[in-house]
Amino acid sequence: MGYDMTGFPFLTILIFLPLATGLCLLPVWNCRPDLWRPVALAGAIAELGVACLCWPAAAAPAKGAPAGFFLFEDYPWIAEFGIRYTLGMDGLSLLLVILTAFVTLIAMLASWRPVIDRVPLHYLLILAMESGIMGVFLSLDLFLFYLFWELMLIPMFFLIGIWGHGRRIYSAIKFFLFTLAGSLLMLLAIITLYLIHGSQTGVYTFSLYGLIGTVVPHSTALWLYGAFLLAFAIKFPLFPLHTWLPDAHTDAPTAGSVILAGLLLKTGAYGLVRFGYPLFPAAAATLSPLLMVMAVTGILYASWIAFAQSDMKRLVAYSSVGHMGFVALGIAAWTPVALSGAILQMVNHGITTSAMFAMIGMLDERTGTREIDAYGNVWGKAPRLSFFFLFFAMASAGLPGLNNFVGEFLILTGSFKVSHLAVALAGIGVILPLVYTVRLIQELLFQEERRPLIIPDLTVTECGMVVVMACLDLYIGLHPGPLLDMLHSPVAILTGGAG
Amino acid sequence: MFENVWLIPLFPLIGFLINGFFGKKIKNEAVIGGIGTLMIFLSFLVSCGVLMQLIGLPAEQRVFEKVVFPWIHCGNFKADMAFLIDPLSAVMIMVVTGVGSLIHLYSIGYMHGEEGFYRFFAYLNLFCMSMLLLVLGSNMLVMFIGWEGVGLCSYLLIGYYFEKKSAGDAAKKAFVMNRVGDFGFLIGLFTLYWWFGSNHNIWTINFVEIKAASHLLPYGGVVTIATLCFFLGATGKSAQLPLYTWLPDAMEGPTPVSALIHAATMVTAGVYMIGRMSFVFIKSPETMMVVAVVGACTAIFAATIGTAQNDIKRVLAYSTVSQLGFMFLAMGVGAFGAGIFHLMTHAFFKACLFLGSGSVIHAMHHALHHGHLHDDAQDMRNMGGLKKYMPITFLTFLVSTIAIAGIPGFSGFFSKDEILWQAFANPYHGGLNIVLWGIGCIAAMFTAFYMFRLVFMTFFGECRINPKVKDHLHESPLVITIPLMVLGFLAVVGGYIGMPKLMGMLPNYFEHWLDPVFELANEYGKEYAHVGHHTHALEWGLMGLSVVIAVIGITIAFTMYMANNKLPEKFTSTFPALHRAVYNKWYMDELYDFLFVNPCKGFGNLLWKGFDVVVVDGIVNGVGKIFMGLSAGIRGLQTGYTHNYALGMTLGAVVIVALYIFR
Repeated sequence: MGYDMTGFPFLTILIFLPLATGLCLLPVWNCRPDLWRPVALAGAIAELGVACLCWPAAAAPAKGAPAGFFLFEDYPWIAEFGIRYTLGMDGLSLLLVILTAFVTLIAMLASWRPVIDRVPLHYLLILAMESGIMGVFLSLDLFLFYLFWELMLIPMFFLIGIWGHGRRIYSAIKFFLFTLAGSLLMLLAIITLYLIHGSQTGVYTFSLYGLIGTVVPHSTALWLYGAFLLAFAIKFPLFPLHTWLPDAHTDAPTAGSVILAGLLLKTGAYGLVRFGYPLFPAAAATLSPLLMVMAVTGILYASWIAFAQSDMKRLVAYSSVGHMGFVALGIAAWTPVALSGAILQMVNHGITTSAMFAMIGMLDERTGTREIDAYGNVWGKAPRLSFFFLFFAMASAGLPGLNNFVGEFLILTGSFKVSHLAVALAGIGVILPLVYTVRLIQELLFQEERRPLIIPDLTVTECGMVVVMACLDLYIGLHPGPLLDMLHSPVAILTGGAG
Repeated sequence: MFENVWLIPLFPLIGFLINGFFGKKIKNEAVIGGIGTLMIFLSFLVSCGVLMQLIGLPAEQRVFEKVVFPWIHCGNFKADMAFLIDPLSAVMIMVVTGVGSLIHLYSIGYMHGEEGFYRFFAYLNLFCMSMLLLVLGSNMLVMFIGWEGVGLCSYLLIGYYFEKKSAGDAAKKAFVMNRVGDFGFLIGLFTLYWWFGSNHNIWTINFVEIKAASHLLPYGGVVTIATLCFFLGATGKSAQLPLYTWLPDAMEGPTPVSALIHAATMVTAGVYMIGRMSFVFIKSPETMMVVAVVGACTAIFAATIGTAQNDIKRVLAYSTVSQLGFMFLAMGVGAFGAGIFHLMTHAFFKACLFLGSGSVIHAMHHALHHGHLHDDAQDMRNMGGLKKYMPITFLTFLVSTIAIAGIPGFSGFFSKDEILWQAFANPYHGGLNIVLWGIGCIAAMFTAFYMFRLVFMTFFGECRINPKVKDHLHESPLVITIPLMVLGFLAVVGGYIGMPKLMGMLPNYFEHWLDPVFELANEYGKEYAHVGHHTHALEWGLMGLSVVIAVIGITIAFTMYMANNKLPEKFTSTFPALHRAVYNKWYMDELYDFLFVNPCKGFGNLLWKGFDVVVVDGIVNGVGKIFMGLSAGIRGLQTGYTHNYALGMTLGAVVIVALYIFR
């Protein structure tokens, strides 16, 4: 495009702008409650703007960067240990960065009214989390990556613990312990890899592209990859490591659920694609049947359990497990079409599921309950809200013409040549979401009201928010071209395939 | 016109958007209904233009593909938003927009005063758009958008009276059963796509390209698997065994919906899909046999149930299932043209029958409402003698009944007889052909029987409605009767464009018209089956036989329901078990509940409460308890504040990190 962006530290800004905005809240912490929300929102909007500005940069590769990266920053940091401050953005990162900025904005809007307690802290945590997630999606140094990986956990822990419902302490601790257990093993693997590489070449480095190609004995590689896989599978979450998710979702505040489903789950998939497979290609290939089994089992298992839920959030949480199973299937197949589908599905799931959680949050805020059995005839009371609820539910159930279908379809198409059986079983996973989704909308929107709940229709702000999300769903569903083009080169480089 | 084919689905989409978003504000029924009807009528006009242009071309040039915009391009996978115009899709768009326009018009009268009037028209328009995408799609994926879209609209329209639980359950059942079929569609698509790609490096899901490459397909083998999967999709959408039980329940929706979606258009999508891919289906003799057998079995199975129902719409619903069975029988014996022909004539007479029943229900409802009675307005036992009160409805209904029963001179005769003849004469299934023909004939007799039973119970005999409200029975307004008259007219003359050559009066235009579409399939068919020679005398003889069969059916109905009213009761008391079984639809719903629905629910609960919470979470909590136990030792740190726990963990993490790095 028309302007020169080389040298401008876009990536650093992307990572630290939210945190800086959060720190801007400190001076007004006690004295200007009217400024809390505008400042935080302004930061989130600016972040989205910066993220979008990166799109045109994709036209030209960055100098000195690994293939496929168009924005790249690299500075020595802790030289004694070969730790560098390396950030890079390719098509894969770009889509997830934009998604992060977008979903964070949604999360802020979703907590606009319900959060009245300790507001500045709430926004500070959201912004800090955004910084962490951005860092995860942009780091190309394993140490830096790990730092951000842990950093994004802490704000979420507090979000659930402070503003959550129900057994929030239990859920927060469960969430924290689960993910921490996995990531500590990953850290161990990172350090082992660092030492192996160092002892072989004499160069001690944490740089991803320095470590790729390290010759590791296959049996060791399996252990190291296993540790990575465990950490990522917990984040994903894949069956049977998923049980923290329903609890965390159910007890998290709306903003927490939105970020958790929309973004945190994606970091697991991203880690697998960016680090797991490239670092240990042989081990990954050996274990890909395992990943596939976990994926397909998860799809069927979670969808089935979703059917038995009575709490809306828990239902959508289990549906997330199912949808992320599709992403895992696409990664396990590791063909260009399946991988593109998997990455696209990460974006789709991020938008659609955030929208679902945001809408459930709206209902919860109006009525104080998330029990499906309490509702009925919402359509008669709040038709606009119901329409959009139906819309997102259908998108989530994979209705063709909307976004999730494109991702799921590409995943299945691309995986078919790897395993007919897995696709056939996952295909059943296309039916099941409809069963529980239809049950949900049936009992929620239709039928006679079961409790005399007062449900005002969407406000103008809420309406604007869901309309934007619905438009995105429709746009990606009908015209996924730009996104798929953006993924073309990273996916080709990752899979080593031409087509 | 070809370049503007995208207008055809666009108009109903506009209608949907206007009515869906502003309908509530517009309020005026005439405007809302007018917009809805006008939009689909505009599509009809464009369709006429397309048809005219197509007729003007030489037969072999009647294929045109219009790419509207690129859709999914990823690696070697490519699917565009593209439309295909050929004689087959031209027939379909004419039926959908033509019958659709009439039903929209009818709905203005029928839905008058309903609370969700605008919602109804919005959904109806959305349905038309999806259906048009389905029939116009030039690749399987565009077809699939329509395929699922009509499922969604059908769901919304069956559940139109959404506060009624039975309506909601029926809607849910329809949607889910359709989705079961859609699973088959997808797997079939993957199989074909993968086979062409990996064996011949042809990565396509485009119908024209698949047709061009279809000579590469083997007979049987992988084609059997793919086509059986596609056929599963067809059984879901077109309510064939074993996925038919949703259609009778779908009668919970408003009657125009039953006419448009559950008789004339959506349910025929499966037949259309087989027609669209005839060149693939015919390559698998096994699938062809399955299609024919399922079709024939459904035809007779549903027809038997139809004989014992008392709800006027349910009889018509089972009749639809049965007639769809005839269409599948046609497809399965390689009589593709005849199947599509029956699809068209059936759209005319069945739409007319449903709308006629709607007119009756409307009148009954109105009358009962006046007397503050709560009798069932759809139960034929409450009707009788209505021909006096509703002459136009009666006449159009009678004409359509004669057409479906297969009396010569009416449209249904030509199409059904063509199917039966080809079931007998086509050589694909050897000795099975005569069995299929026999089953078809018996089903045809049942058809004549239950349809005339319906007519006799509704329009003839004494009026059984409560005498108090008899005077309130009257004919429906013009907006309702005009569509009836047009459809009734078509039910009579619609068949003449496809008269058998045998009769020699007119050439079989319809078959010639579809020749370019099905030519290739017929050629492939000759590879494994040789068309025998049958004399004209035989064809005349069988035609005569099918007329005799229809007359027998009508006579039985007349004897039982007109001449001797005591006979049905006598029959029930003589064979109580048989009657109960038929009346309860052979207990298929109960069987499905027992086999699938209940175990599914139970299993979901078991997985959650049993496995997820106890086993998986138990392990996790166990580990957690160990940690808690350890931390109990250092109780001083356990302050109960969340931040302190978190701080502890973070510190711990940092310590571990530090240990590894600085050791």
